[in-house]
Amino acid sequence: MYYDMIMAGFGGQGIQIISQLVAVAAINKGYEVTYLPSYGVEKRGGRTNVFLVISDEEIGSPITNHPYALLVMDQIAYDTYIHILRPDGLLVANESLINTSTNRRNDIVSCCLFCNEEAVKLGNAKLANMIALGALLKNSNVLTVDDIEKVIDQVIPERLSHTIPANMQAIRHGYGLA
Amino acid sequence: MRVLTKGNIALAEGAIQAGCKFYFGYPITPQNDIPEYLAKHLPRVGGTFIPAESEIASINMILGASAAGARAMTSSSGPGISLMQEGFSYLAGSELPAVIVNIMRIGPGLGGIAPTQGDYNQAVHGGGHGDYRNIVLAPASCQEMFDLTIKAFELADKYRNPAMILADAMVGQFQEPCRLTPKDPVIIPQKPWALTGAKGRPAQLIKSLFLGPGEMEIHNLDLKKKYDTMEQNEVMYETRHLDDADIMIIAFGTPSRIAKTAIQFLRQEGVRAGLLRPITLFPFPSKAIHEYSRRIHKVLVVEMNTGQMLRDVQLACHNGTKVYFYGRPGGGIPYPDDIMAQVKKIL
Repeated sequence: MYYDMIMAGFGGQGIQIISQLVAVAAINKGYEVTYLPSYGVEKRGGRTNVFLVISDEEIGSPITNHPYALLVMDQIAYDTYIHILRPDGLLVANESLINTSTNRRNDIVSCCLFCNEEAVKLGNAKLANMIALGALLKNSNVLTVDDIEKVIDQVIPERLSHTIPANMQAIRHGYGLA
Repeated sequence: MRVLTKGNIALAEGAIQAGCKFYFGYPITPQNDIPEYLAKHLPRVGGTFIPAESEIASINMILGASAAGARAMTSSSGPGISLMQEGFSYLAGSELPAVIVNIMRIGPGLGGIAPTQGDYNQAVHGGGHGDYRNIVLAPASCQEMFDLTIKAFELADKYRNPAMILADAMVGQFQEPCRLTPKDPVIIPQKPWALTGAKGRPAQLIKSLFLGPGEMEIHNLDLKKKYDTMEQNEVMYETRHLDDADIMIIAFGTPSRIAKTAIQFLRQEGVRAGLLRPITLFPFPSKAIHEYSRRIHKVLVVEMNTGQMLRDVQLACHNGTKVYFYGRPGGGIPYPDDIMAQVKKIL
């Protein structure tokens, strides 16, 4: 098994936390993982991205230029990476902030959700990333919602542990919508 | 148990578990996770963390701590490492162990923070003045950031010589599952030469100044003997698929990881490529490269610079071996496709 993905958006959207959830859940299932975040001058509102590789064998390259999956939370992220998504690859896009008609691809599997609006419906706009994660889990068949639930307390900092139920609810909501 | 750990953090935890009791350093990206982690965690093991006023101060504080017999470390990147070079030379001249970490950033000058391997020559061949060598270890995974840091302390003490961890920023910044316990028990050797106050024993001296006639020549030849011993006993490298290879890729750090994926894809297409990854850059695996190149007549060196390790490979290769180079300097990172294309062009 080999599955690689890029997740991208702007700082504050929670790209790193959902990537970490996927990475830690994959390790917990016995997979090899590489997790390469952007680093350096990143800040809230700046660009943020993650290259994530999951495999049942030793992983060579932690970077990828034709990923199996792309999860993007805003227009710049979409425009930056959509052209390198592998044919038949999976696109999870936050349609609240992305107009996919600008660079439309017809040779991929698209899952576009209004993550921001759906998160507001659940009572917290910050849950948009978890809704996108639910959609990714549904369509990628690498990890299940239960796999995430098993490790979420290792990833969410203790001071925010009270948010775990709402996060899990949002992941399930995204899974159901996708 | 394996925990998702960033390379820089694995290195810092490795230093703590190696018994490092003193860290002195000055901030610079992309190695800031190291002092941040040690500031928080070194005191819990009775260690001392000092945010020094400069890199020059850091390296000279290391010299002091080392002379007193402690395991000590500093870390920096490009411009900071350049400032430390005088200290490297004094450490080597005084035969003092120390671990110095360079998470490389792009140069020359202030450059940039993307991954690069532009400091190979500085680490392996140069830097400070005089006839000395650094032990140089090049990790390519988060696990090796942990394991090789412990190894660096061991080698530094064994040879009383500075040991450097030379890593590109990708290895420093990415995360992988790591086992954060030492493979073998850490043993810190006795240091009867250390300057510990001379109570009940004759006073000792540690110095790098030898003005008597011929003294410095004897000292330099003694150092040379030590470096020769390292070349005999401490070379480390990894090989992959070299038994039937038509081409040998030689790469260290991140390019070696990318080459592994390229080789996997090439082999699926029936192209017989293999890898030799130097883990120690000094001592360099020259003998191994020479032996393999007697049978594999095409060698491709891949580096994230304009060709620095390349010269050492050319010197090591058997006569008649064709040595090719593919380099991405200034923050360019090769994709597996790029390396595959180079291999196909050569074969």
